[in-house]
Amino acid sequence: MPQIPLLRAAAHGVMAMPLVLLLWGWAELLAWNPGSRMLTAEPVAYTHNALGLAALRALLASLSCTPLRRLTGWGGVMALRRLFGLWAFAYGAMHLLFFLFAELDWSLPALAAETAKRPFILAGMVAFLAMAPLAATSTAAAIRWLGARRWQALHRLAYVAGVAACVHFLLRVKGFQWEPWLYLGGLALLLLVRLVPRGRRALRTS
Amino acid sequence: MHVRRTPSWALPEREVTPEALYLNRRAVLAAMAAVGASPAAASTDPEKLARIATRRTHDAGEPPTPLADVAGYNNFYEFGLDKGDPARNAGTLRPSPWTVRVGGLVKSPLTLDVDRYIARAPWEERIYRFRCVEGWSMVIPWVGVPFASLVRAVEPLGSAKYVAFRTLADREQMPGLRLPVLDWPYREGLRLDEAMHELTLLAVGVYGRRLPNQNGAPIRLVVPWKYGFKSVKSIVAIDFVETQPETSWNMATPREYGFYANVNPNVDHPRWSQARERRIGEFRRRETLLFNGYPEVAGLYAGMDLKRFF
Repeated sequence: MPQIPLLRAAAHGVMAMPLVLLLWGWAELLAWNPGSRMLTAEPVAYTHNALGLAALRALLASLSCTPLRRLTGWGGVMALRRLFGLWAFAYGAMHLLFFLFAELDWSLPALAAETAKRPFILAGMVAFLAMAPLAATSTAAAIRWLGARRWQALHRLAYVAGVAACVHFLLRVKGFQWEPWLYLGGLALLLLVRLVPRGRRALRTS
Repeated sequence: MHVRRTPSWALPEREVTPEALYLNRRAVLAAMAAVGASPAAASTDPEKLARIATRRTHDAGEPPTPLADVAGYNNFYEFGLDKGDPARNAGTLRPSPWTVRVGGLVKSPLTLDVDRYIARAPWEERIYRFRCVEGWSMVIPWVGVPFASLVRAVEPLGSAKYVAFRTLADREQMPGLRLPVLDWPYREGLRLDEAMHELTLLAVGVYGRRLPNQNGAPIRLVVPWKYGFKSVKSIVAIDFVETQPETSWNMATPREYGFYANVNPNVDHPRWSQARERRIGEFRRRETLLFNGYPEVAGLYAGMDLKRFF
């Protein structure tokens, strides 16, 4: 299908957007416009939040591929699942590294202490650690090595990552806010769709 | 003999607008808007607000945070949750005319007319540190008078132990009230001795001009040794009461936001450390100071366990 490479390029473009904007904002701030408010008055906090949100969105995008295929019957969307997943891991890693750098001065003991002390950081760490083996086994060679069945079982960790990431967001906000609940609701929908028996596909393959 | 001296900025009873007429003002304003005469047009642009003459009485000794940040990076959930939302959305607030009802356990309740008050009180400029509970801070040149001067004008009764403050809650002027983030109206409170402290400021301006709407126009409290959420904005009612009043953030999450909310690097917020803060405009965090660097208030809490009464 000739439209697939185009689709993948477009998806990469969308996924890269938050990073490009952040890099542009920092370049502007540091290089030629110290008064820039592109990253708000608190660029460190803004960057941290933007990276986390980008990770969560990419993860949800990845988790929506299977339900989309079921709904539309179009398999082309599966060409994007790994791409979204790898972007989610990349943003999650940047989110964590930025936290380590800007808040903890690269101190791993401090990270361990924060993780033990604060449930919302623990949830974030769970999300990141659940994604790490998925990123590591994202190649075709890894699928062959693990065998399709075991690979698929391992990659159900994506659900754990999704739930943990939403909980991380939910526990972070002040007061009652709808936004994290919307993400959690979206995730619940994506997971519930998977429980519906696959009637149509069975029909088509028979 | 008790001689009652009414301050010049107190609205005499005969001039206090009955609420029905006051609310009818909306119809008048709607008509004004229809002909393009929006009274709030300039109220979010700090450069266009009326100047107030002041004399400087306090200086934090640190460079003030730029006005663009003071008036562009705000927590004022009545206008949205994003820090930029208040500056974007608060144009709908109508800070003039504005009255504050001051009453409760006092000998001389009064209704304060803010425009008259601004025209007559001896305004001071006080440059205070401002520390948000979220971990960022600013240095802000406020225009205000000691809150104690208002307390003296209303003469609290001996039974008055606390002061309760209430922010306007008008869905028409405040789009954020549609969100259930807090139990509106926004409420705050102080112990009477805290309210009487020389540092506690009743503020009507920043940077020598009237308050921009997003900063809590037309009149707000500033309590520099407490986290920012204690410095209640756009006040419509002040009540002197006998028992500790309910306060909004404490009602929402009592485990995280105490009644006292004194800036204290040794008492963490359950979800983040309060040991350090990021001054707006700086990259690295700096140490947070006990009572936000105002040790003169320590006497108010002598003998109190600040971890328990956080």
